[in-house]
Amino acid sequence: MLSGLFSAFMLHSWEATSVVAVAAGVVGFFVVLRGSTFAAHAIPQGAFTGAAAAALLGTSTLLGAGVFSFLAVGALARWGRRGRHDVVTALVLVIMLATGSLFLSVGSQYAQQTFSLLFGEPLAVSSAYLWPTVGLAAACTGLVLVSYRRLLLTSAAPELAGAGGVSPAAVNFWFLLAIGAATTLALPVVGALLVFSLMIGPPAAARSLTARPGVALGLSVLLALVTTWAALVGAYWSNWPLGFFVGVAAVLWYLLGRGAKAWGHRPRTAPAVGSSR
Amino acid sequence: MSVLHAVFAPGFFSNGPVQAALVMGAVVALVCAPVGVLAVLRGQAFAGHAFADITSTGGSAAVLLGISPVLGFAASAAAGAASMEGLGARQRGDRDLVTGTVLGGALGLSALLLYLSTTRQGTSGATVSVLFGSIFAVSAANWPWVLSLGLPALAVVAAAYRPLLLGSVSPELAAARGVRARLVSAMYLGALAASVALSALTIGAVLSTALLVGPAAAALGLSSRPGRAMAWAGAIAVVSVWAGIVLAYDSYSWPPVGRGWPVSFFVVALVTAFYAVSRAGVRRRPRRQPAGRGS
Repeated sequence: MLSGLFSAFMLHSWEATSVVAVAAGVVGFFVVLRGSTFAAHAIPQGAFTGAAAAALLGTSTLLGAGVFSFLAVGALARWGRRGRHDVVTALVLVIMLATGSLFLSVGSQYAQQTFSLLFGEPLAVSSAYLWPTVGLAAACTGLVLVSYRRLLLTSAAPELAGAGGVSPAAVNFWFLLAIGAATTLALPVVGALLVFSLMIGPPAAARSLTARPGVALGLSVLLALVTTWAALVGAYWSNWPLGFFVGVAAVLWYLLGRGAKAWGHRPRTAPAVGSSR
Repeated sequence: MSVLHAVFAPGFFSNGPVQAALVMGAVVALVCAPVGVLAVLRGQAFAGHAFADITSTGGSAAVLLGISPVLGFAASAAAGAASMEGLGARQRGDRDLVTGTVLGGALGLSALLLYLSTTRQGTSGATVSVLFGSIFAVSAANWPWVLSLGLPALAVVAAAYRPLLLGSVSPELAAARGVRARLVSAMYLGALAASVALSALTIGAVLSTALLVGPAAAALGLSSRPGRAMAWAGAIAVVSVWAGIVLAYDSYSWPPVGRGWPVSFFVVALVTAFYAVSRAGVRRRPRRQPAGRGS
């Protein structure tokens, strides 16, 4: 039943999901740390709109998703600074989704495309898609790792970072861009609605398992890889949507993290970074 | 007369589904507006959105089981409210994380349920109808549900108006009142869940946040008094839904001719436009700080 799992056809899927998992694990670690959960949920909806537009115009999904996640990031960064942050995020999210549904409804395969863009279709990864994915993943993990210290500092102590000449607003913008890039490459595989689960499930568990940021980051990537691999096997075996497995795995990781915390029961020696948020 | 015809395409006022949609849309909008104002003031936009995503699971399950979607929407929103109530006392960051994890799991489950109903029943439209909805497709059989969800929600807002506002301005002070504050907050979550279920019925599960949060946020830019803001929110919500219905009806003659654009798209776009205009107005002439700002 699983004999075709490593056939040439599936090889691209393995490679693509692994790349997606590494990027989501790294970016997601900071999403959890900085408490940008809602933003990380909203940006993929922008990518959905872009993918829908690309389907309508017949251009590359990655290109469409990339352009529109950039627009979503711009809208969040521009309008989210003043007023109520979560209201802006919610409205950006729904207008993006609604526009995406409009694009798809004007096209010819409304229902089928809507489903695959929202919930993912990993078994159809082509080789043309692979190299842009690798490039984008390298760019966004690079961006995050280069600004590792700034991201830690601005999330742990924004006032201190401001005094040190690091602008929290600028760091936030670049970080949202990294979320946008990770989203763009994950969208065709995992789907717009569940990219987010991959970004917060593994890092949340990793942070519960260890208080050291470096170790937690590595663990987060590892758990994300395990999640997508398991999801790929599950999707291949059952033919069910990959997003289902990712969503359920994220819940399991979270429960595992909570369980480990309860089991440990000792006061942690080092205060967890960012727990004040 | 010709202007009237340009706005309202021929047959608009004699069309049965359109009339039904106008009435039901207005009722749902009027329930969502006051509940939404409280949600925005209490900083619960994310919770409201989580409910929206969770209702997609119930809606998908209802399609698979062949029962009325509103039942699924309401049941799953209630389950969401119950689990959220259990998390009430947590820190903000942790609360967001749990909310996110739960809604991710719910969406994953929706993916499976929609996949199953697509493959087993051949109803390929289920994904679109549950997630993005269409008010034209809501049958009159849903009226008992709409009223039995909407009226209690409004009753909660009316009965617990003052304690709810206190909770939005000063959570500490409200918490100091002890047991009653918890009861009030639990009842409010129930009202929020009911409104989300209604909104999901009219404009689709994943878009339902728009009707809840959008008019409310726009109204709070127009008036800082909660009572007046609720009135504004009601007006904005009704106008958005009605104008959305008019535009969707007109869009049957737009390309691609004969298919029409999704009515939910128009409603969401209008709500967002109202918010953008209201914010631009606020920026142009600064007002007093609205109550509960900086949540």
